[in-house]
Amino acid sequence: MENGNFMAIRMDRVARHYQMGDALVRAVDDVSLEIRAGQFVALLGSSGSGKSTLLNLMAGLDRPTSGAIFARGRNLAEMNSEELARHRSHTTGIVFQAFNLLPRMTLEENVELPLRLAEVDREERAARVHEAIERVRLTARLSHRPSELSGGEQQRTALARALVNRPSILLADEPTGNLDSATGDEIMRLLREINETGMTIVMVTHEHPRAERFAHRIIVMSDGKILSDGGAA
Amino acid sequence: MRARDLAELAGRNLREAFLRNSLTTIGISVGVASLVAMLSLGVGLQDLASDRLARTGLFDAIFVTPRSAAAAYRGSVQPSSSPAQPPRPLDENARQEIRSLPNVVEVYPDIRFPIEIHYAGDSYATVAAGVTPSARKDGAFDGMKGSFFSGADADETILQIDLARQLSNQPETLLGKDLTLRYAERQPLPADPADGNAASDGFSIVPKEKNLRIVGIVETEPAGGIGSLGRGRLLLPLELAETLRSAQANDLRDLLRDSPKHHTYESLTVRVNDPPKVKAVEDSIKVMGFTAFSLLDASKSLSLVFTVFDLFLGIFGSLALVVASLGIVNTLVMAILERRREIGILKALGASDRDVRRLFFVEAGAMGSLGGLLGICIGWLIGHAINFGTNVYLKGRNLPTISVTAVPWWMVAAAIVFSIAVSLAAGIYPASRAASLDPVEALRYE
Repeated sequence: MENGNFMAIRMDRVARHYQMGDALVRAVDDVSLEIRAGQFVALLGSSGSGKSTLLNLMAGLDRPTSGAIFARGRNLAEMNSEELARHRSHTTGIVFQAFNLLPRMTLEENVELPLRLAEVDREERAARVHEAIERVRLTARLSHRPSELSGGEQQRTALARALVNRPSILLADEPTGNLDSATGDEIMRLLREINETGMTIVMVTHEHPRAERFAHRIIVMSDGKILSDGGAA
Repeated sequence: MRARDLAELAGRNLREAFLRNSLTTIGISVGVASLVAMLSLGVGLQDLASDRLARTGLFDAIFVTPRSAAAAYRGSVQPSSSPAQPPRPLDENARQEIRSLPNVVEVYPDIRFPIEIHYAGDSYATVAAGVTPSARKDGAFDGMKGSFFSGADADETILQIDLARQLSNQPETLLGKDLTLRYAERQPLPADPADGNAASDGFSIVPKEKNLRIVGIVETEPAGGIGSLGRGRLLLPLELAETLRSAQANDLRDLLRDSPKHHTYESLTVRVNDPPKVKAVEDSIKVMGFTAFSLLDASKSLSLVFTVFDLFLGIFGSLALVVASLGIVNTLVMAILERRREIGILKALGASDRDVRRLFFVEAGAMGSLGGLLGICIGWLIGHAINFGTNVYLKGRNLPTISVTAVPWWMVAAAIVFSIAVSLAAGIYPASRAASLDPVEALRYE
């Protein structure tokens, strides 16, 4: 039974199939898993194994073809688009490999964007933006645009943006994929710090050694199925 | 998303593609300008026609005659069933009673009489007519040479240009000169000592003279209401014309009545303060026992013609706006292609379909309202240019200036509302398309 206090996400026989011409692609195929609150989970697998699709399903960016995904006790598969948007705004924060910052906005404005979408009062926004930026140690670059930041700084900005709405789950899709080794480690250390505050983190990566160093649990996927699961820590 | 945040984001997006959005906005403004210019021309021409017609005294006036006179005019006879009820005479009491009706501005008789003018040793036969002070607003007095009467009973006259040309080869030189008016005055017969009555029932007609100063010359012959079209060539202040007691055709009718000393009017013209109130006043006068006639129905027909005229001008003007709205569709569809990834990011960060839809609607509405405001200014300037050109042309032909365009406040409001509505309608498809983008697909877009 779903327990909101201990279970961050529970997936029950989730499938996500695509029709590509005559072929049916089983991106996620009958996956069931439970992620406890506060866990740092790494989803590993080769390209096309279905790990990013699984992450998108957890984020509410995509809908399963079948099965159920529970977050905070509610089944994402049964939510309408407004409820899913609320889930993305309040429950999850997401970080992408390509950073996905809005190029014409400053660092500060990019971080503020989720607060605008969540209709947070203006008075409260400034404090929360500064809190998030301090957390990723970028206070000196507030008025810089993404093009004026390094890759690591852009990813830290994206991290601050994902954290600013104080979500309970942080989803990271290859957060170090576009970074050099040292900067990647820096981002991973930051993620671990965040996880140590109690936030659940699910990270998609193909870097096995890094996953082993930082994550509590490693789930390996192949052909849309879970090949191995390191189990709950 | 809150309205202010929505507006800020939309403003930022519009500034981002400044040139393209500006061109789209200018397209809208050209459409609105065309609509405003067309409608302002229609409304201006309607106002001009209404004003000119109102000045003729045809649409705010009621022509009143005694019932018997009207029946005789139609060649009919009084019904034999009502011999005991003689028709009510149109006398001074009736005039005052009609004057006291609500919305009646003035009631005056139609005074016209044959005269002979003596000027510079020559005589000229013509017709004189009384003119009320309110006739000053009559279009016939626009651009008159000299001035209007200085008072309601001033010994002054205004000549119609043809008559003035008869009197002098240089009509302007007549201004300030005096002429002598010779006319027939009606005088009561003195009491007959052989008869016991104080005064006789009859009257005599004697020639009289009156010196008048020429104060003005008019180009056209002023109309004086329905009953006095084609008035006279020598105009007098109405009060003065009344005090002259000139013999009128109605005097013979009075003589044949039982009480010839009781002076009656052949007709009265009643002016109402507002054309739509003519009907009510006309009905009240009929209840009083008189025949009343107005051109209200003609006025209604005229209004209908202009409404249809305005409608067609509006349709043609709107076509440009509809074409411009396609520019909005094009701009927003292009924006969706360019901002596909951004829409995906917004959705990933918590934007709902509704937020995305509203964002595109606000952008479309902003272009529409800005284009609308700009278009109204351009349309207003076009209207002024049309007025300017028309008046240059009229001045070249020595005619008085007029205004052929008008931009009333309701047109400004309607143009803004219409441009926003068209823009929002144009934004429906792009906004729905943006809102329905799959965030995963949008995030993959390069």
